[in-house]
Amino acid sequence: MTSATFPSSEPKPSWTRYFSFNTDAKVIGIQYIVLSFFYFLIGGLLAMIIRGELITPAADLVDRTVYNGIYTMHGTIMLFLFIFPVLNGLNNLLIPTMIGAPDMAFPRLNAVAFWLVPIFGTLLIASFFVPGGPAYSGWWSYPPVSLQNPLGNLLSGQGLWITAVALSGVSSIMGAVNFVTTIIRMRAPGMTWFRMPVFCWTALAAQSLQLIGLPALTGGAVMLLFDLIAGTSFYRPEGGGDPVLYQHFFWFYSHPAVYVIILPVFGVFSELFPVYARKPLFGYVYVALASFIIVGLGLIVWVHHMFPSGVAQWMRNLFMVTTMLIAVPTGVKVFAWLGTLWRGKLRLTTPMLFCLGGLFNFVFAGITGIMLATVPVDIHVSNTYFVVGHFHYVIYGAAVMGVFAAIYHWFPKFTGRMPYEGLGKVHFLLTFVGANLNFLPMHPAGLMGMPRRVSSYDPEFAFWNVLASLGAFLLGVSIIPFLLNMVSSWVRGPKATHNPWNAIGLEWLLPSPPAEDNFGEHVPTVIARPYGYGLGQPLVENQAAIERELTLQEATP
Amino acid sequence: MTTAIPPTGSITPHGEGGEGHANHSLTGFIIFLCSESVIFLAFFSGYAVLKTSALNWLPAGVEGLEWRMPLINTIVLVSSSGTIWLAETFMARGNLWGFRALWLLTMALGGYFLYGQAVEWSELAFGFTSGTFGGTFYLLTGFHGLHVATGVLLMALMLIKSFLPGNYAKGEQGVQATSLFWHFVDVIWIILFVLIYVWQRH
Repeated sequence: MTSATFPSSEPKPSWTRYFSFNTDAKVIGIQYIVLSFFYFLIGGLLAMIIRGELITPAADLVDRTVYNGIYTMHGTIMLFLFIFPVLNGLNNLLIPTMIGAPDMAFPRLNAVAFWLVPIFGTLLIASFFVPGGPAYSGWWSYPPVSLQNPLGNLLSGQGLWITAVALSGVSSIMGAVNFVTTIIRMRAPGMTWFRMPVFCWTALAAQSLQLIGLPALTGGAVMLLFDLIAGTSFYRPEGGGDPVLYQHFFWFYSHPAVYVIILPVFGVFSELFPVYARKPLFGYVYVALASFIIVGLGLIVWVHHMFPSGVAQWMRNLFMVTTMLIAVPTGVKVFAWLGTLWRGKLRLTTPMLFCLGGLFNFVFAGITGIMLATVPVDIHVSNTYFVVGHFHYVIYGAAVMGVFAAIYHWFPKFTGRMPYEGLGKVHFLLTFVGANLNFLPMHPAGLMGMPRRVSSYDPEFAFWNVLASLGAFLLGVSIIPFLLNMVSSWVRGPKATHNPWNAIGLEWLLPSPPAEDNFGEHVPTVIARPYGYGLGQPLVENQAAIERELTLQEATP
Repeated sequence: MTTAIPPTGSITPHGEGGEGHANHSLTGFIIFLCSESVIFLAFFSGYAVLKTSALNWLPAGVEGLEWRMPLINTIVLVSSSGTIWLAETFMARGNLWGFRALWLLTMALGGYFLYGQAVEWSELAFGFTSGTFGGTFYLLTGFHGLHVATGVLLMALMLIKSFLPGNYAKGEQGVQATSLFWHFVDVIWIILFVLIYVWQRH
């Protein structure tokens, strides 16, 4: 099937494939991304309710117990139904095309992993409608709060929550096995480890973390479920159990989960800065290897979430040091990106703006992260809005902005249409201002002592909360130009050439959109790293001929 | 450096043929097993934490665990690792009937293990809800037993597949994967046996 030569000989694929059990990674990638944004809107709506409640000190918008359910579901939806699926969508689109593979290693497993997402998503959303309402113990679901089942029903919001999270784990493990196998075994000829795009390095690192960390949470969740419905006492102190044990299981996964989220975004930064600064990536080898140092260190920092939970002093000291050490490999990456930008010919396109904004926010989040790693500071601000501000800078400020950057950057490749720059820049401006206005005031409020997860608070915190709520509403508005842009440019945007950003990489040597089996049997032989900007060195053998053919195809309608 | 691309002909249209390229299956399965071992690691460490920090580890009326029958079970399971290895050797030599015989023997040993486990469970004086002792005991042995049952089912599947004509002409990924899984289940049991039956003192 040499579709690179005869693109018009294939029938135009129907849009209905996006609603079917399709095994093409590019279809699955788009399914993941579109579905994740559906849940993003639900999670965002919950965030709007939370900030609407907090705009005044009194608990006046929603009932207190309802409020508990809302922040629990906001966190759970945003993590398990938005950020993980959207990143898996990027993995599906980018990994096979970047390494020149026709598809993932296990296409059907890939489709099963995707279709689990709407199943557990529906389960989770359904918990709003069971008697007693959804889970209300926060996204981390600590016992003993998460073991309360006042109505005594077998079908409780908390039970559905645990089931959904366990299914999410199954889906993620299936995805991780697939991504790792694909990267290890299906790279193009000539693509040695150190010729691999950094995005693939970071995806490999992130998915390895999934494989190591996630089973611990699954194991812990199984025990939680038995405590909740079968009457065991793993975490019940009255039966000899230990609630802190759950915290170990939970954070052994859920801290590395932050790196699962941020590592691919580091990959996006590493791919995009060279393109829009027209310079090779500075310190490629160090950027690539730093990902695995982050994996190693990321697995031994989890107790920093438990400094006030009653852990031994030696553990506090040890985990404070390991947490601070994480700043070294991440710092290596940040300086590498700065080195890439330094004296480059910057093109401030929408994806570049999102990258720069994301990097700015990430550095800020890193600084508050070091503060939080320090035991005395952490105990002082634990469970305050300082922590909430910190992780929203990481997740929204850095990761979500990186995801937007990636979407704008690779949108032409996978849809064949160009997104609109004007709408994109409006989206960036609203997002950057909104995120900072939303999350920066949380830090002073937290330092003053405002606890998280409350629907009413002391009026002295009102000023910062009004600011944060205004920022949140701005963020709510910011999604409108994005959705408008995505829909309108996909339907009738200008046709994209095979390489609209003048970028280097195997995926840019494919037509936009690529054929179902990507390169098919004509995988080019890689002879260099994909960062030869300004050096004039080709990426693959016979590059000039491949590009000439693609340009010819585009010229003939 | 594996820079393998699927050879010509393996790029079948999606959804047809086997699940991906045959050579990838074993790689994927090994990666999955590494991940699966972390669940056991979590359960084992949870067991150790709960046991070492417990005030009253054994529930009232329970003296400890009977270890003779589990020891027989251990011997059965360890020797089944040997028989499955022999079965694989027969397959590598092309002796399909030898493979089937030893494969069936391995299945029988696995079945006996499950039977012994069920008998042991039925004679115990404590239940799943008897404190953290009962909880962790049934959780660990049950979760491991689930893996043994999965292994026996996988073996049955491979045995049926061995009768399909020409099925093992291009290598025996499924057999290798099942055998690997069986060794994994065996190693997990040895750790479990030491943790639960040998380490009884509190």
